[in-house]
Amino acid sequence: MIPEIGHFALMLALCLTLVQGTLPIIGAQRNIPNWIALAKPVAQGQFVFIGLAFFSLMYAFVAHDYSVLYVAEHSNSDLPLPYRMAAVWGGHEGSLLLWAFILSIWMLAVTLFSRRLPADMVARVLGVMGLVSMGFLLFMLTTSDPFERLIPAAVDGQDLNPLLQDPGLTMHPPMLYMGYVGFSVAFSFAIAALLSGKLDAAWARWSRPWTTVAWMFLTVGIAAGSWWSYYELGWGGWWFWDPVENASFMPWLMGTALLHSLAVTEKRGSFKSWTVLLAIFAFSLSLLGTFLVRSGVLTSVHAFATDPRRGLFILAFLVVVVGGSLILYAIRAPKVGLGGRFQLVSKETLLLCNNVLFVVAAGSVLLGTLYPLVLDAMGLGKLSVGPPYFDFVFAILMAPMVFLMGLGPIARWKKASLPDLAVRLRWAFVISVVTALVVPFIMGRWSPLTSLGLLLAFWLITTIFYNLWSKIKRNPDAPWRELARLPRSYYAMQVAHLGVAVFVIGVTMVKSYEVEEDRSMAVGDTAVVKGYTFRFDGVVDRKGPNYTAREGFIHVSDKNGDEVTILHPEKRIYEEQANPTTEASIYPGLFRDIYASLGEPLDNGGWSVRIYYKPFVRWIWFGCFIMAFGGLLALTDRRYRFAIRQQPAVGEATDGSRDAPKGAPSLAMESKH
Amino acid sequence: MRKWLWVMVFTVLPALHGAWADSPAPNPNDAAGALVSDMSPAMADRFRHLTLQLRCLVCQNESLFDSPSDFAADMRREIKNMMVNKGMTDKQITDFLVARYGDFILFNPPLQSNTLMLWFGPFILVMIGAATLLIYIRRRRRAPAESELTAAQQQQVKALLNDRGGENKA
Amino acid sequence: MKLKYLLPLAVFVVIAIFLGVGLERDPRLVPSPLINKPAPSFSLSTLADPRRVMTRNDMLGKVWLFNVWASWCVSCREEHPLLVALSKADIVPIYGLNYKDNRKDAQQWLDNWGNPYVQVATDMDGKVGIDYGVYGVPETYVIDKKGIIRYKQIGPLTTDILKNKIIPMVRELQG
Repeated sequence: MIPEIGHFALMLALCLTLVQGTLPIIGAQRNIPNWIALAKPVAQGQFVFIGLAFFSLMYAFVAHDYSVLYVAEHSNSDLPLPYRMAAVWGGHEGSLLLWAFILSIWMLAVTLFSRRLPADMVARVLGVMGLVSMGFLLFMLTTSDPFERLIPAAVDGQDLNPLLQDPGLTMHPPMLYMGYVGFSVAFSFAIAALLSGKLDAAWARWSRPWTTVAWMFLTVGIAAGSWWSYYELGWGGWWFWDPVENASFMPWLMGTALLHSLAVTEKRGSFKSWTVLLAIFAFSLSLLGTFLVRSGVLTSVHAFATDPRRGLFILAFLVVVVGGSLILYAIRAPKVGLGGRFQLVSKETLLLCNNVLFVVAAGSVLLGTLYPLVLDAMGLGKLSVGPPYFDFVFAILMAPMVFLMGLGPIARWKKASLPDLAVRLRWAFVISVVTALVVPFIMGRWSPLTSLGLLLAFWLITTIFYNLWSKIKRNPDAPWRELARLPRSYYAMQVAHLGVAVFVIGVTMVKSYEVEEDRSMAVGDTAVVKGYTFRFDGVVDRKGPNYTAREGFIHVSDKNGDEVTILHPEKRIYEEQANPTTEASIYPGLFRDIYASLGEPLDNGGWSVRIYYKPFVRWIWFGCFIMAFGGLLALTDRRYRFAIRQQPAVGEATDGSRDAPKGAPSLAMESKH
Repeated sequence: MRKWLWVMVFTVLPALHGAWADSPAPNPNDAAGALVSDMSPAMADRFRHLTLQLRCLVCQNESLFDSPSDFAADMRREIKNMMVNKGMTDKQITDFLVARYGDFILFNPPLQSNTLMLWFGPFILVMIGAATLLIYIRRRRRAPAESELTAAQQQQVKALLNDRGGENKA
Repeated sequence: MKLKYLLPLAVFVVIAIFLGVGLERDPRLVPSPLINKPAPSFSLSTLADPRRVMTRNDMLGKVWLFNVWASWCVSCREEHPLLVALSKADIVPIYGLNYKDNRKDAQQWLDNWGNPYVQVATDMDGKVGIDYGVYGVPETYVIDKKGIIRYKQIGPLTTDILKNKIIPMVRELQG
């Protein structure tokens, strides 16, 4: 009964999107107040119905309803409750429902937080989001119905893929989806602006917080996925340039470019049509990612079970949405004005360089990901593009980017001076070079890439501190007052950039100085890695709720013979799926991880064991979380808090000729950083 | 409906294993760890680097070093044999494998006629980006300032400013 | 409408076309680099009589199919009836390569399901398979009179492929 309610709710939601995707948009174009007013309630109705469907599916999982095919495929009577709930998004159909649900959450948020926006703008934004939602609901109802019945019902389910039975991985898809589904808001704002023909600084000011929130979630989602691979897959890797990983990384790159571009458009009114294009690109890449993961076009360890018919549907959807928006762009964008002027050396130019580099990086990742497909389609052969290519290309593109990140915040708007910048930053440069040479010396091994990475990271850190110091310098007697006067968005920028530096240090140190030992160990054997002694104490059998495990014991002691920890790597066999999974055991630390995993049992009773020493590996994810925190700081900037406390604006009138909300405080608070 | 469940079982499970075709259960003694245990550290390191660069054709996104499939185990044994017993260099070993399995077995696509676009693509993109940037900036510097008002509009502005002088409430 | 604003659309259309074509293709299929190259030589004992040796040169002068199979292979069962029928039709001789199997199981399997092979070479450790670029089972090669590999079928044979590809090719090679 409940699954049928869920199914019906989806159909109702689809009917609502038919209304939401048409009337408000037409109403805004033709100035029909009743149709414009439809947008918010209909969007909220969608949230209710899709939510109902989502929780009906979850109920089916929690209640062990194996008469639903999807539940039978992804659950089991022994599956613990939290994983039964997370299993909702463990497969293709359910993850689509999650996509639609999260889209409806964003729609709801737009209805709640848009009081200061003109009604026709809101109508267009919600209208576009409604069209996207329509596509996903149609997709589900025609090809991928999560509520399909299995008659007669299965006696028990096939169990959730063991790799997904893990706390990290249950949170990763929702975070990720909040991110790239969230870019649909920026996209909708862009389309709304193109439709209305009014592309100005106000549009950028409104889009910015939405984009920042989506970007934050995406950053956290990708970091969570990377961290999960590290501790779950058993060989200490944290990024593989797998097509599905790339599918989430490309929107992130584009989204970062978009964030910076929005800042310029808001402050200086420049780059308007370019920013709109970036918003379209970012969401297009999200949709492309959805296509790649589900169509079977690329091989990936992550991909869902594939079906070309589904692939065709998503491709058609992609063509309609992206093609349509790019046509609209081609028609409307040329009419947009140019905005403020600026010189060759200026903050604007540096930000443009940022954009170029990020877009080229995203393009290169796309090139590498699709290249095998392109070559095969043209009959030119079959090859594969793996990590060595991506690492090389990405590093070369990002190195100048990180260097420019040191200059950008310090350069002036409109006109900056290169010699001036060079003089001001000379000490930062010197300190960076010295650190980049000294650290490898201490660590005992040098390579040019190591020094380059450290140089760039410390360049960032020193320029950040220089920037702070130069603010304090204005009023040296009251440094704290000077610091307190700086807007939160300033701190947000510095924190986010600091996060990048931390990330670069993590990557550089791990790649340069990690140690891996692969040994066959009989009981009692020892291995010495980086001063730690590892003694293999054998394996014990253990039973879990839906698996049996062989748990190893590895005693770790330091140079003095004192016990440091006991590691417990496991090999698990889940009853339903019969594929062994590895559970690594990690002794974490701020500056290094010690990591062990079991390989295969050997004939003599011993096991093959992998031991890793990973210096600074956690800094990779710390860096990402710091970046996301920077985003959070940006959201709490004075102008947004002030804005929320403001009265609803005059712009609620149906006469959509007034763009700028009344009493816009942010214009008065434009700071010149 | 039940038919679909069985279809699912026979397609999803093998799909999870990453192979459309069959392979026998792997022999644990061919795990990379077991194989390198009797190699010198330098040789073991070389073995690891080499097998990390090669793709397992059965579990297609894993390297020959990591993959648990039987195919990978065979390959590891063969590579060890070529390295240790036949003394072949890394290049000779990769050439041997590419002659039999094609370029696809390499994770790092070689630089050849059909990969030129791949290797030079990013740099071409950067060049295009940089060129576009420069042209755009130059053009903007020379462009007239925005919002040039016509004479009639200037009159309007003056009139408005004079009118609204007192009641300046926006 | 200025042309440069159409550029993103143009790029997207190109990508979409490739994606559409990509839907038709199987990314897992690895084509063989040995097509139109000489079949690697081998010298293996036969399944029927371990003392007898079979070499590649034995088959020079005729067109033949080389079918890689094993008793532990489930998909081989799918194509086996087709092979048996093909052998009865007497169009082309079929030789087998028993891959990483053991004699007893292999012989038992043929006893149970029929034996379409003129002879079966036993490749216990899979070394010959590596030379032929075998990475899964079953696989089938079409080899011409001069010992050159003309076609490789990855995965089980189907009536469709036999009728439309392999048999016409064999007929052509036979002259």
